[in-house]
Amino acid sequence: MRCKDASRLVSEGFDRRLSLAELLRLRTHLAMCRGCSNYRSQMLFLRRALRRYAGGKAPGGGSRGA
Amino acid sequence: MDAVIGTVPGQDAGVRRRGPSGSGRGVPRAAWRYSGATPGQAERFRGGDAVAMEDWRKDGAMLAEIRRDMVRFALLQLRDSQAAEDAVQEALLAAFDGAERFAGRSALKTWVFSILRNKIVDAIRHRTRMINASALGTEGEALDETFEALFDGRAHWRPEVAPVAWVRPDEALEQQQFWEVFDACLEHLPENTARIFMMREFLGLETDEICGELGISAGNCHVILHRARHSLRRCLDGGWFAAGGAG
Repeated sequence: MRCKDASRLVSEGFDRRLSLAELLRLRTHLAMCRGCSNYRSQMLFLRRALRRYAGGKAPGGGSRGA
Repeated sequence: MDAVIGTVPGQDAGVRRRGPSGSGRGVPRAAWRYSGATPGQAERFRGGDAVAMEDWRKDGAMLAEIRRDMVRFALLQLRDSQAAEDAVQEALLAAFDGAERFAGRSALKTWVFSILRNKIVDAIRHRTRMINASALGTEGEALDETFEALFDGRAHWRPEVAPVAWVRPDEALEQQQFWEVFDACLEHLPENTARIFMMREFLGLETDEICGELGISAGNCHVILHRARHSLRRCLDGGWFAAGGAG
């Protein structure tokens, strides 16, 4: 698997269920490739941030006050 | 995170898990539904120093601040100030109907935003012509160029742009300045791509619901969502993490 395909699959994993074959190939690639595993971590972080944003926790909010 | 999805009390409060709203309005497409996380009852609080909706209504400053954030959130997705104001107004009216108490202002805001997300879904459902397919294609070409540029001829990361681990990213979530950058990055997304992306990420709609309605193939839909994520990642990387954050 090439990095370009791996990065796409990481994203698609948020939107559809990956096949077992895709998952295995992706996992194998991620285990060997620092760039792609960083990419995946960043995508996961992005998700967390988007969830917070959609819950009104940002930017003005949270419990911190104005 | 967001694991607890309780039933939402107050059926007049405008929150529904799936299916048409209870307003009696005809709903043309049953496929559209809000399936994202709704703040559960775990966040509710019974007794103690709870914030009641009642108190909130009387607190003008707090109301104004939350309202401002709501309008910004709605505007980002609807890109029409009248539609955004309407969605916020409806959400607030629905929220005021509820008599719940909340563990704090943050929990209350989360709940109000869950109502707002439903109102935005309603607004989008009634305006399916919001996506311009040909503009979407043009946006895609530009975003694809920046994506392709990350890879060498063998489709591996170019060394100078290979993703580098972000330092303590979750600490950024607690910083006001980070959210300003995040806000700017969201606004920076091309309009049609952003709409589809936000329907997915903010409103929790499934890709077949979003793209099926718009006549976009599933494959293309995934490409569009990836473009948006890639673009947002790049913007945050350059605008915050590579710049060393707020420090």
